[in-house]
Amino acid sequence: MISDPATSLTSAVLAPGADDDQLLHVSLGPQHPSTHGVFRMNVVLDGETVVRLKPVFGYLHRNHEKIAEGTSYLASMPYTDRLDYICPLSNNWAYAQAVEKLAGIEVPERAEFIRVILGELTRLINHSAFAGFILGDMGAWGSALMYAFREREKILDIFEELTGARMMANFMRFGGCRNDLPEGWSAKVSRLVDDYGPFLDEMEKFLVGNEILLSRTLNVGSLPREVLINGGITGPMLRAAGVPYDIRKVDPYGIYERFDFRIPLGATGDCYDRIMIRFLEMRESLKILRQALDHLPDGPIIHPKAKIRNFIEGPKGELGFHLISDGTTRPYRYRIRPPSFINLTLIEDMCLGLDLADVVIILGSIDIVLGEVDR
Amino acid sequence: MNTQSSSTTKPPPPPAKWSVPGIGLLKGMVVTAKNMIQSYYRKERMTTVQYPEERVPISPNFRNFPFLCYDGEDPKAGLRCTACTICETECPPQCIYIVIERDENGKSLKRPKVFDIDVSVCMNCGICAEVCPFDSIYMDGEYELSTQDRFNGLLFHLDRLSKPADYHLKLRPVEAGEVAVRRKAEVDKKRAVQAAKEAKAQTDKDKATPEPITKGEPA
Amino acid sequence: MSVATVTLHERLRAALPNAGISLRTNPGPSGQHSLLVDAADLPDVCRFLRDTPDLTFDFLSNVSGVDWPDPAKADAVAAPAAGEGSAPPTGGFLEVIYHLYSTRRRIGPLVLRARTIDRATRVQIPSVVAVFRSAEFQEREIFDLYGVEFTGHPDLRRILMWDEFVDHPMRKDYVAPDDYEYEPTPHAAVLEKAQRHYVQP
Repeated sequence: MISDPATSLTSAVLAPGADDDQLLHVSLGPQHPSTHGVFRMNVVLDGETVVRLKPVFGYLHRNHEKIAEGTSYLASMPYTDRLDYICPLSNNWAYAQAVEKLAGIEVPERAEFIRVILGELTRLINHSAFAGFILGDMGAWGSALMYAFREREKILDIFEELTGARMMANFMRFGGCRNDLPEGWSAKVSRLVDDYGPFLDEMEKFLVGNEILLSRTLNVGSLPREVLINGGITGPMLRAAGVPYDIRKVDPYGIYERFDFRIPLGATGDCYDRIMIRFLEMRESLKILRQALDHLPDGPIIHPKAKIRNFIEGPKGELGFHLISDGTTRPYRYRIRPPSFINLTLIEDMCLGLDLADVVIILGSIDIVLGEVDR
Repeated sequence: MNTQSSSTTKPPPPPAKWSVPGIGLLKGMVVTAKNMIQSYYRKERMTTVQYPEERVPISPNFRNFPFLCYDGEDPKAGLRCTACTICETECPPQCIYIVIERDENGKSLKRPKVFDIDVSVCMNCGICAEVCPFDSIYMDGEYELSTQDRFNGLLFHLDRLSKPADYHLKLRPVEAGEVAVRRKAEVDKKRAVQAAKEAKAQTDKDKATPEPITKGEPA
Repeated sequence: MSVATVTLHERLRAALPNAGISLRTNPGPSGQHSLLVDAADLPDVCRFLRDTPDLTFDFLSNVSGVDWPDPAKADAVAAPAAGEGSAPPTGGFLEVIYHLYSTRRRIGPLVLRARTIDRATRVQIPSVVAVFRSAEFQEREIFDLYGVEFTGHPDLRRILMWDEFVDHPMRKDYVAPDDYEYEPTPHAAVLEKAQRHYVQP
């Protein structure tokens, strides 16, 4: 237990040392397969050991917030798809909910169910893709990613049938959803939910006992809980360290309090726990999906027709939109709390003293998407 | 559905033991081998489609780039677009450009002189189709649009954007069917109103009363 | 669960009598009230909120910057509570908004605001990185995009824009550059801008 979690970094590491000429400065990225996009880390190595690590952002910066402040509320919706492009529908959801809170709009029950179904399918996509990517980071480039993407593709087909696009869904609207479910759509999702369990079994068999994976991930990159909370880490990263903080339970939004599901927690918060937590979360998502599909009500999908901040538990962590309205058709202030960006705060602390190869795994286990980091 | 929230936590998975060195690796390889062999005869293991020989059918909701719908045979006369410029204002990346056709007095003729869409800017969001009050702009399903001319080949003009209503019907039977029924009803209503007006005018003429013609539409 | 900002305000005033804290109410349907904290007292208030055993606001979720060239607008969004005689600000200012949560008590958000004196030179706000590490990158972002100088920040550099960039793009009076490569788009405005920038010989 440390006295002040905010000062976990020793200042000696931050300041340049006297023997800097003996150190090796490596610029990891921006074009590097393990950086998950255009992202750079300035790493200082003592031999193979990391002594300093500074992330460099902004390669994908397009000032989405400025664009959003110059257009109508609805016109920002397709831009939210492009934040975290692996899971566009949770971004849609968070933004729609923020505007609903801002304007006091109610959402019909059927729309809430559809949103839960889409949100949990998105979580499945994100976590399966994560499992594939992190294996790629470990050098198992190919099989794991292909299996994960094969399953992801099935969900994307389902998304395409409903929203018209595989990834850039632009589906949620303020007060509901854009269109109703097509004929036979929920049956397809139901079949997918049935088939997903065996896929997860297979994936776990593929990975869990693997000695290479164990030696690369066990006891790599763990930090004390207090430091993680203080550093603003959210999502599976935080829960892997054993903190029961999931907004779906802590501050249930939508209709999440109606569902019976559990929050998987890890013990140590190392990279192994972070992988396993995501597998367990996928199983919980399947449970929620099953319940939502069984109880999907009929009814309208969109409500007929300041300052607020709203959070949802995105697949990568706490995704928030902070809106300030001055009563005009454009938001006065539009701010995103990007989970990927803030989860990177402690990457230096996690990597110090480890090997360069571990940096890649740790970065992979944080699960960032650069569209969201740089906005 | 259980409304009662059960305990929020679940114990973590036990880390796999290092029982026999290499057994985990072998298990993983069995999975890989299974996937490889089954990919020859099981559909769900072999998901690749041999494009362009095979194609995945696109769903009616699929959206790509916008097109403009016209009724009848003549794309210019039958164009539903009235150049109201709502789509131009609402388009998030501002890829639509409209010039309203005007007569010599500067009065709008309710049709576009220029209607350009830069598909290299368009982000396929479909908001233009959503906001259009005249059933004019819809999202297309055509996806083979590669061109050698990066600039002009990706700037679609009115002639390329105009597509007949039948095309829309083929693309999205349900939506287009609903639109067609609604439009027909509107046209019928307008015709009925027009006929009633004419009939009334006729009767008024016959009576030859000095009363001014009432402006309100007959019920 | 939401925070009883009004009672918390009383509590803070009793515990930290020297700190300038006033309650601001939100007139919108969301009703998220906030506390306006004097910039100089911000780290102390944050530390008190984090370390007091029955408050435990241990999680600083979000830090937003806001530019208010027109101070009347700021008061319309976060109105001074009745009885709080705050002098109306004369010029524009920059504001930083903090959203605090308690992971232990599972409540939030508690909204804190701090304001700079003006928008030109007196734009200093003490950094809270020593209390909440999660502010590190977010304060850098606000420094980058709004130009608020966080005194005491360990590594205050631009984060999203490049180091040589001079302006602060999220400010309301920022003028977008016109030196981008011209491509034939349907919009004449783009062409005009490009032609203005690249004067034809």
